[in-house]
Amino acid sequence: MTPKDKVESVSETLDKLRETGTGALIGYLPIGFPNLSQSIEAAITLAESGISAIEFGIPYSDPVMDGPIIQRAAQASLDAGLKLKQVFEAVSAVKQATEIPVLLMSYWNPILQFGVERFCEQLASVGGSGIITPDLIPDDAAAWIAASNNSGLDRIFLAAPSSTAQRLAMITKQSRGFVYAVSTMGTTGVRSELDQAARELVARLREVGAERICVGLGISTREQVREVLNYADGAIVGSALVAALEADGVSGLRERAMSLVDGIRLG
Amino acid sequence: MNLREQPGPYFGEFGGRFVPESLVEALDELSAEYEKAKVDHQFLDELDRLGRSYIGRPSLLTEVPRFARLAGSVRVFLKREDLNHTGSHKINNVIGQALLTKRIGKSRVIAETGAGQHGVATATAAALFGLDCTIYMGEVDTERQALNVARMKLLGAQVVAVKTGSRTLKDAINDAMRDWVTNVSTTNYIFGTVAGPHPFPAMVRDFQKIIGEEARAQMLAVTGSLPDAVAACVGGGSNAIGIFDAFLDDEPVALFGFEAGGEGIDTPRHAATISKGRPGVLHGARSYLLQDEDGQTIESHSISAGLDYPGVGPEHAWLSDIKRVKYSAITDSAAMNAMKALSQTEGIIPAIESAHALAGVLDLGKTLPAGSNILVCLSGRGDKDMETAGNWFNFLEQK
Ligand SMILES: Cc1ncc(COP(=O)(O)O)c(C=O)c1O
Repeated sequence: MTPKDKVESVSETLDKLRETGTGALIGYLPIGFPNLSQSIEAAITLAESGISAIEFGIPYSDPVMDGPIIQRAAQASLDAGLKLKQVFEAVSAVKQATEIPVLLMSYWNPILQFGVERFCEQLASVGGSGIITPDLIPDDAAAWIAASNNSGLDRIFLAAPSSTAQRLAMITKQSRGFVYAVSTMGTTGVRSELDQAARELVARLREVGAERICVGLGISTREQVREVLNYADGAIVGSALVAALEADGVSGLRERAMSLVDGIRLG
Repeated sequence: MNLREQPGPYFGEFGGRFVPESLVEALDELSAEYEKAKVDHQFLDELDRLGRSYIGRPSLLTEVPRFARLAGSVRVFLKREDLNHTGSHKINNVIGQALLTKRIGKSRVIAETGAGQHGVATATAAALFGLDCTIYMGEVDTERQALNVARMKLLGAQVVAVKTGSRTLKDAINDAMRDWVTNVSTTNYIFGTVAGPHPFPAMVRDFQKIIGEEARAQMLAVTGSLPDAVAACVGGGSNAIGIFDAFLDDEPVALFGFEAGGEGIDTPRHAATISKGRPGVLHGARSYLLQDEDGQTIESHSISAGLDYPGVGPEHAWLSDIKRVKYSAITDSAAMNAMKALSQTEGIIPAIESAHALAGVLDLGKTLPAGSNILVCLSGRGDKDMETAGNWFNFLEQK
C-alpha cells in the first residue's frame, strides 16, 4: 500500500467524530524538535494516545504568530540543522505508522522558496492532508489556492475574532478541510482562561456557512478541550504539548496527550 | 509611465499583505483612515504646522565643497535631515502616524527600532500627543545604541530589549507584531520604514516624500537645475524613498541607493539585501531578502544598527527591477572613513547610516562628468554613534 491510499481526509475525520458525538483533538508539534527522529516518534505517540489529527509545524526563523514556547522549539529545531526537504521524510514516516491525517503548519516563505506547486505535489505524494498558513490570507494566496486544487490538499486559513462578516465568508469559501478559528487575539501559548471570543467567532463562522471549524491558540487543559468541543468540531493544542515534550520527553508528551484525549471522550 | 504615487499594495510583483488574519482589520482601518486623512485639509495643515513648528522643516540644503573635493570635480549638496528635531528623518513619518493614531482613537503606540532613531522619534511623538508607548529593540542594539535607550526612557517610553533570534531589528519587528496581534484594539503600530504590510510602504513613503519635494525646489533655487544624481542610504528604505520620490519621473536624474556591505558582500557578514538577496516574504511583504535556500531569514550584519536589516521595502525592490534606481553596497570601513571625512572637511558629523550614502558619493563623483551636481540625503546625525566611532578610530580609552 502506498501512503496515498491510506489518506483519510481531515473532513472525513471531523465528520466521523462529529457523528459519534465527540469532536476532534488536533495536536501540534514542530518538526525536528528536539531532533528529527524524536519529533517523528513524538507525532506517532500522539496518534497512539488517541489524538485525531497531527499538525506538524515547519520551523521558521521569524514566527510572528508564535509565543515563547513554540518559538524556542522552532529555533532549537533549526539550530539542530533541520532542512525543509526533511519535512517530507517526517510526514512520510508518521503516515507509515498511523492512519490519522497529518497536516502541516507553515509560514509562507519556506513554501514559496521551495516552489508552491512542487511543495504541494511532494506533500501529497507522502500522504500529507493539507497546510495551515498562519501568515497567508486568502487575498494574497492565488498561487496556493491553485496548487492546492491541483494536488487535492486541504487549505486551512485562519479566522480571527476581529474579522468582519465579509472576511469570514471569504475565508470560509476559500478554506477546505476546516476553518481555523483563532480563540483569542494573540499568539500561541498556554492560557488559563479561554476567551469568550472563541465561542462567538465559531457562531459567526456558522452563520456564514462554515461546515467544519476547529479552535486553536491557548488551549492547554482537558476542561478547555471539552468546553471548545461543545461548540466547535475540533480543538487544537500546541504549546501545552510542546512544553510537555520539552520538559519530560516523549513519555511526558504521552501523559499530557492522554489527559487531553479524556477531554474528547468525556465530551 | 508615471512612477510616483504608487498606491500599493503591490509595486510590480512586490508588496502585498502577508500577515496573520488577526491584523487585517487593523490594517484595513489604518488604510481607510489614511486614505481619508491624505485628502483632508485639516490633517494636512496640522502635519505642515508640526513640520514647521516642531520638526524644524524645511530642513536646510548645505553645499559641502571641501568634502566634494574628495569626490572628484563635482558639487555635493546635503539635505540636512540630521537637523530635524530628534536628529533624523524618522520624525517626519512618526508625526504623521501619531496624528493618524489620534484620528483612529487609539491610546497606545508601539514601534520597533534598530539605531534607536525611530524609537526616539516615536517616544517623542507619544510624549507630545499623550500616548502610551512601548518600543521594541534588539538586545544587541540596546547595547550599541545605549544613548538612545536612555533618551527613550527619559521621554517616558517603555523599552523592551528583545532577546530572540539575532537580537537585532528583525527580531524587534517580530516582537512588535506579536504585541500588535495581542493588543490591536487599543494599540497602533507606528512602523519605522517603507517595509511591512500594506499600507505601510506607501504611507511611510508619503510622510517622507517631503524630503525630496523640498530638496528638488532647493536645488532648482540654488543651482538653477535638477541634480544629476541623488544618493541615499538604504536600510528599510524610508529616507531613500523620501528623497527619491520627487525625482522618480525626472528621467535625467540618476538615483543611487547604498546598502550596508558590512565586512564585504563576498563574506556572509553584510546587510546588502538587494545586491545579494532573492525575492521572498518577510514581515508582511514580498520583497528582496537575505535568506537561505529553505527560506529561513539570514542574519544581517552592519556596523550601523539602522541598516542592519535583512529585508528592504517593496517599492525599492520594484525600482531596482525596473532599473530606475541603482543599488550597491558600501562596506563598514568605507562608511566609517566617509563619516570621518565629512566631520573633518565640513564640521558635520553624520550618522553611520548616512555615512554609507556619503561613501557612495565619494566613488560616484569620480565616475560622473566634471561639474555634475549630486544631492545626498544626510538622514541623521552621528551623536548616537560616538561610542561606535570612538572604538573604531581608537578615540576612547579601552574599557
Ligand atoms: C539616521 C538613519 N538613517 C537611515 C536609517 C535607515 O532607515 P531607512 O532605510 O528606512 O531610511 C536609519 C534607521 O534607523 C537612521 O537612523
